[in-house]
Amino acid sequence: MVNRFLKKLYSFLIYLFLYAPILILIIFSFNNSKSRGSWGGFTLKWYGALFKDSQIMSALYYTITVAVTSSIIATLIGTAAAIGIYSMNRKQKNIVMNLTYIPVLNADIVTGISLMILFIFIKLPLGFMTLLIAHITFNIPYVILSVLPKLKQLDNNLYEAALDLGATPWYALWKVIIPEIMPGIITGALLAFTLSIDDFVISFFTTGSGVSNLSIIIYSMARRGIKPKINALSTLMFITVLSLLFIINSRTNKNSQRKEDVI
Amino acid sequence: MKKLIKKCLLISFSVLMIISLTACQGEKKVTINVYNWGEYIDKSVIGEFEEKYGINVNYELFETNEAMYQKIKPGAVNYDVAIPSDYMISKMIEEDMLLKIDFDNVPNYKYIDDKFKNLEYDPTNEYSVPYMWGTVGILYNKTMVKEPVNSWDILWDEKYAKQILMQDSQRETIGVALQKLGYSLNTNNLDELEEAKQELIKQKPLVLAYVVDEVKDKMISGEAALAVVWAGDAVVMIEQNPDLAYVVPEEGSNFFVDAMVIPKTSKHKKEAEMFINFMCETEIALKNTNYIGYSTPHTEAKKMLDPKVANDPVAYPSDDILEKCEVYRDLGDMVKIYDRIWTEIKAAK
Amino acid sequence: MKNKLIAYPYIVWMILFIVIPILLVLSYSVTYKSDTGLAFTLQHYKRFFDPLYINVLIHSMNLALISTLICLVLGYPMAMIIAKAPVRHRNMMVLFFVIPMWMNFLLRTYSWMSLLERSGLINKLLKLLQLPTLNIMYTNVAVVLGMVYNFLPFMVLPIYSVLVKIDKSLIEAAQDLGANESEVFLKITLPLSLPGVISGFIMVFMPAITTFVISRLLGGGQFTLIGNLIEQQFLSAGDWNFGSAISILMLILILLSSLVMSKYGKDKEGVGLW
Repeated sequence: MVNRFLKKLYSFLIYLFLYAPILILIIFSFNNSKSRGSWGGFTLKWYGALFKDSQIMSALYYTITVAVTSSIIATLIGTAAAIGIYSMNRKQKNIVMNLTYIPVLNADIVTGISLMILFIFIKLPLGFMTLLIAHITFNIPYVILSVLPKLKQLDNNLYEAALDLGATPWYALWKVIIPEIMPGIITGALLAFTLSIDDFVISFFTTGSGVSNLSIIIYSMARRGIKPKINALSTLMFITVLSLLFIINSRTNKNSQRKEDVI
Repeated sequence: MKKLIKKCLLISFSVLMIISLTACQGEKKVTINVYNWGEYIDKSVIGEFEEKYGINVNYELFETNEAMYQKIKPGAVNYDVAIPSDYMISKMIEEDMLLKIDFDNVPNYKYIDDKFKNLEYDPTNEYSVPYMWGTVGILYNKTMVKEPVNSWDILWDEKYAKQILMQDSQRETIGVALQKLGYSLNTNNLDELEEAKQELIKQKPLVLAYVVDEVKDKMISGEAALAVVWAGDAVVMIEQNPDLAYVVPEEGSNFFVDAMVIPKTSKHKKEAEMFINFMCETEIALKNTNYIGYSTPHTEAKKMLDPKVANDPVAYPSDDILEKCEVYRDLGDMVKIYDRIWTEIKAAK
Repeated sequence: MKNKLIAYPYIVWMILFIVIPILLVLSYSVTYKSDTGLAFTLQHYKRFFDPLYINVLIHSMNLALISTLICLVLGYPMAMIIAKAPVRHRNMMVLFFVIPMWMNFLLRTYSWMSLLERSGLINKLLKLLQLPTLNIMYTNVAVVLGMVYNFLPFMVLPIYSVLVKIDKSLIEAAQDLGANESEVFLKITLPLSLPGVISGFIMVFMPAITTFVISRLLGGGQFTLIGNLIEQQFLSAGDWNFGSAISILMLILILLSSLVMSKYGKDKEGVGLW
């Protein structure tokens, strides 16, 4: 009994540690007083100010555009790659997988800088394109790593059977393999999307010419002083994340067996 | 499952379509990229410019002259207007990184005070249009610092341990130590630099943090007692917290001019000149000066300032204070020595 | 299956944007501009082995190691609690660990800035309780706190994912044979969960050692960590050659440690974040 209580207490404390700072940000986004620490009544004015800030709005636009585009492209390339890798022999597989692990394991700052040097070397102007390429590059490996385990679980006979029944390899791929590995693909796409939204370091080094994403804006805002506008932004981001998760979770609850795959 | 996939695809594609559509609409207008210091413009000015000329402005921030230089130097970005400081401008001119400004397109240049024309960093004044100027000094909180402040020495006073904010910028901080010791800000003398380094290492335990833009927030909220700041920032901070006061130490300090330039990689030189000219319109210069608090080189705007501001010795110090101040010069290869010293200070325990 | 071909776009992409950039960094790290053009040199690497920079490395490793250990101590019990929870709760608990990760990590770090300040909320609370106030903003403690806060999920999730997979019958068998709870933990759960611990360790240690943001925002620019040193070379000192040399050294360090990791975690594909 004591044991169970301790467990509960411990989990509570850890979750408190994780969420307290976020909750405080949220509460103070409604604070009418500019100084933190003192409560000056409820207000929504920081939200208004947030939406009027053209810099933040343009950053939001770039963040979402890059996240959506890069996760779609990364999912396409990555899924194809995973299927390809799965059919390789051991030696080829090893080489490609080691390549895949480099951006996953490598320090963000090194990935960012190496890409920056490449772009400068080939004289590709730093901006939207370079930001997008960088995001696709660090996203693909995560898609591959999400899809590969699903391929391993795949019953090889299914594909063979489809071929025996006269399906062309492409048709069999599309009708048999893809639906089976779909949970992995969705996980990969979601992962790519969130990683892209969360990234700061690589973006910091690979963008320029007026293209900034939210992370970059937040970094410069955080350095200039604590402003309730950022609190408002945090609140909105938190709510978005929560509602996205609940949508996904309620969907996956319906096919309960797939539940674990979406995280 | 299939439905879900289809829906996902549908949603993502429609988002993509909308985004690409809106992106296309924006493309018709010319967009210029402006690269400036943080908090160094009244944001409404940008909107006015966009409206008046139908040109989009992409506004991006840098934190130090060096960071700006490193971004522009490799040539992989195209900024149309940048606002670096004096010594950095001379470095950029020397390295052929700037375009000559066509002053026929910048008629408002006539408003710029002659004092700020043909300075050492751009002797023939072909590349730059002065934007703001100021001094470096000590900002202190009168409730925490009771004694008179007139020397850099106070930043080494143990009474104020962990209440001192220094600039997270090599030249400013090493410069403070050099001037405390009575040396030039632009010294090439290794012994003098070594001494300055030792001073700063000695000071480090007293320093709360090395900051850039955070200094404003920290000083206004009373998180620290003393800080090395630029005069213009001091004006803004004193406005918000009357307990603060600013002084240029007797040993002398740095005097700087930030000026607008057009980097060589600019793709819209004409529009950049329009922007520079616009920034020199009296109304606009006045707005910016009032917002950021720095000292304006614009004669008409200065006349229209609130007399309280125009006579404020913080923003517009007397000539004998300015005489004690030194302008930064480009260090050339000495930068590497400064950088090593800086790393040693930062790595010191 | 002969679908190898469809991996080619990926391979081309990775060669273009991973292999070539790293080769470029490598070439920067071993060359210098001489009068006749580029020349080979190892001076940039030599320069790093100056006590000054070695101290920076040691300091970074120290902070990263402390943070990683704290994450391990805090995270392991948590992972066990989640793994032992009923399946229904389990997914929710994991989800709640992941949610903060989905928020921008700068925002999370930023929230600590407002908590830790001298006039921040923690001190306001302490004052209210008549307790002495803390001055941890801009200290090593703040940096470690920021790292633990940001990277804790990277420790919990890999350990959890290994713990859930442990065959329950093993534990039951041990219990049947008379092992008590601590024996079961020491002899079965702990050894079997080691791959998770190792991958968690790497997942925390690697980003911690190379971060330049946390040390900048919470450390007040007083601590040069390896990440700050690299950033400084590229963004202010302009010494790309030296910056590249440090980057390559970091890459080697990371590859070496992942080699160690793959030796312990036999199932390579399982050693991901997820």
